[in-house]
Amino acid sequence: MLKQRIIPSLLLKDGRMVKGKNFGNFRDVGDPVTAAKVYNAQKVDELMFLDICPTAQSREQVREIIQAAACECFMPLTVGGGVRMVEDVRHLLTIGADKVAMNSAAVRTPELIRDAAELFGDQCVVVSVDYRLNQAGRRTVWIDSATLDTGLDPLEHVKRCVALGAGEILLTSIDQEGTLEGYDFDYLDEVARAVKVPVIASGGAGRLEDFYRALTTTKVSAVSAASIFHFTDQSPIKARFFLSNSGVNVRV
Amino acid sequence: MIAIVDYGMGNQHSVLNALRYLGVEAAVTADPDKVCRADRVILPGVGAFGAAMENLNRSGLRAAMNEAVLQRGRPFLGICLGMQLVAARGTEKGLFEGLGWIDGEVRLMAPTDPEIKLPHVGWNDIVIERNLPLFQGLKKERAFYFVHSYASCPQDPAHVAASCEYGGSFVAVVYRDNIFATQFHPEKSQKNGLTILENFAEWEGGPC
Repeated sequence: MLKQRIIPSLLLKDGRMVKGKNFGNFRDVGDPVTAAKVYNAQKVDELMFLDICPTAQSREQVREIIQAAACECFMPLTVGGGVRMVEDVRHLLTIGADKVAMNSAAVRTPELIRDAAELFGDQCVVVSVDYRLNQAGRRTVWIDSATLDTGLDPLEHVKRCVALGAGEILLTSIDQEGTLEGYDFDYLDEVARAVKVPVIASGGAGRLEDFYRALTTTKVSAVSAASIFHFTDQSPIKARFFLSNSGVNVRV
Repeated sequence: MIAIVDYGMGNQHSVLNALRYLGVEAAVTADPDKVCRADRVILPGVGAFGAAMENLNRSGLRAAMNEAVLQRGRPFLGICLGMQLVAARGTEKGLFEGLGWIDGEVRLMAPTDPEIKLPHVGWNDIVIERNLPLFQGLKKERAFYFVHSYASCPQDPAHVAASCEYGGSFVAVVYRDNIFATQFHPEKSQKNGLTILENFAEWEGGPC
């Protein structure tokens, strides 16, 4: 039976690993290659590298980070941040990424999803969707590192991306992100039930019980997390044992 | 020297990284002559069946692989799309002729439960159906990393070396003589995957 996945995410800024809250107040949390090696030693299921502030210079730094990680980490690597064109996707796949995450481009140039899926297969196209609740109580998709409200409904956006060829959806609640207060469980479940492709929960995991709840009460296929591994004493190993002992089908 | 066939479809360098890590001599190449003369051949790949066959036919790599694998009997490892390509036919976005080394077809997976997601992405346990040298030394938990929507359906059950469960059983590894091909990605399956790659570097073809 397919195992449920725990995916540490590494947010990158100027070649360093950072972590913030609600997509702001970023703190330096170390060297990403060192972190990748530690996660590799902990035998995590996958790793996700997201450049949150893409520039010409950071593109080169990301290249170095992925190349270094890919020489030692024999697990799936997803890379995202600043992906605009098919050539960006090709570039990231060539340097060692297995999947490429698109976020703002999925809104601005959705045909990129189709083009990349046709050329490289839909299994390597991850669409990353960041959303937040507005004052009217409606969720909308935000892009450009959560600085621009597109007004789009996240579920409609996700459905459109899947129809174009997205092979996986990374769904992040900006309101929950970095709070350690738990995922936006009900909404994750609503989206995961509505699409055929796997949905990865993101934003808010603070306790191992959050992983358990997401993996047992919602239809998500995987949980991603960062703060819980940086700012608490939990590790992917502890998470796996906790989940396994609770009857969740994870790798041990 | 192991030739990792580069036909513009994917993650050749991940396979090279894993072999380098194991201290195994290998090179990524798009040169039919080098493939022809290689001691062993690895065909990795992600993407669509039809486009892959077109690239292999056009580049002369298909003929080179036929010579190395079928005529010279060089051990062959196919990975993911590279596994599907050894079949006679692919049915992804049209009907396409494959390498035809193992009779059968590649079909869209059809999980019995409509709620089951496709692509099949993640770690899943394989069940070994044939005792081959390539499986030696695997851990008790035989989890490997898969990412695919289509699966190979060999005509002859004797060509199934391992299976896997995802809304029904599907073929995880095919095998015939000096041909061994995995639907999962050994180069992305940590220790278990490295074990298979290490075994392949020593394998001369044939069963235990």
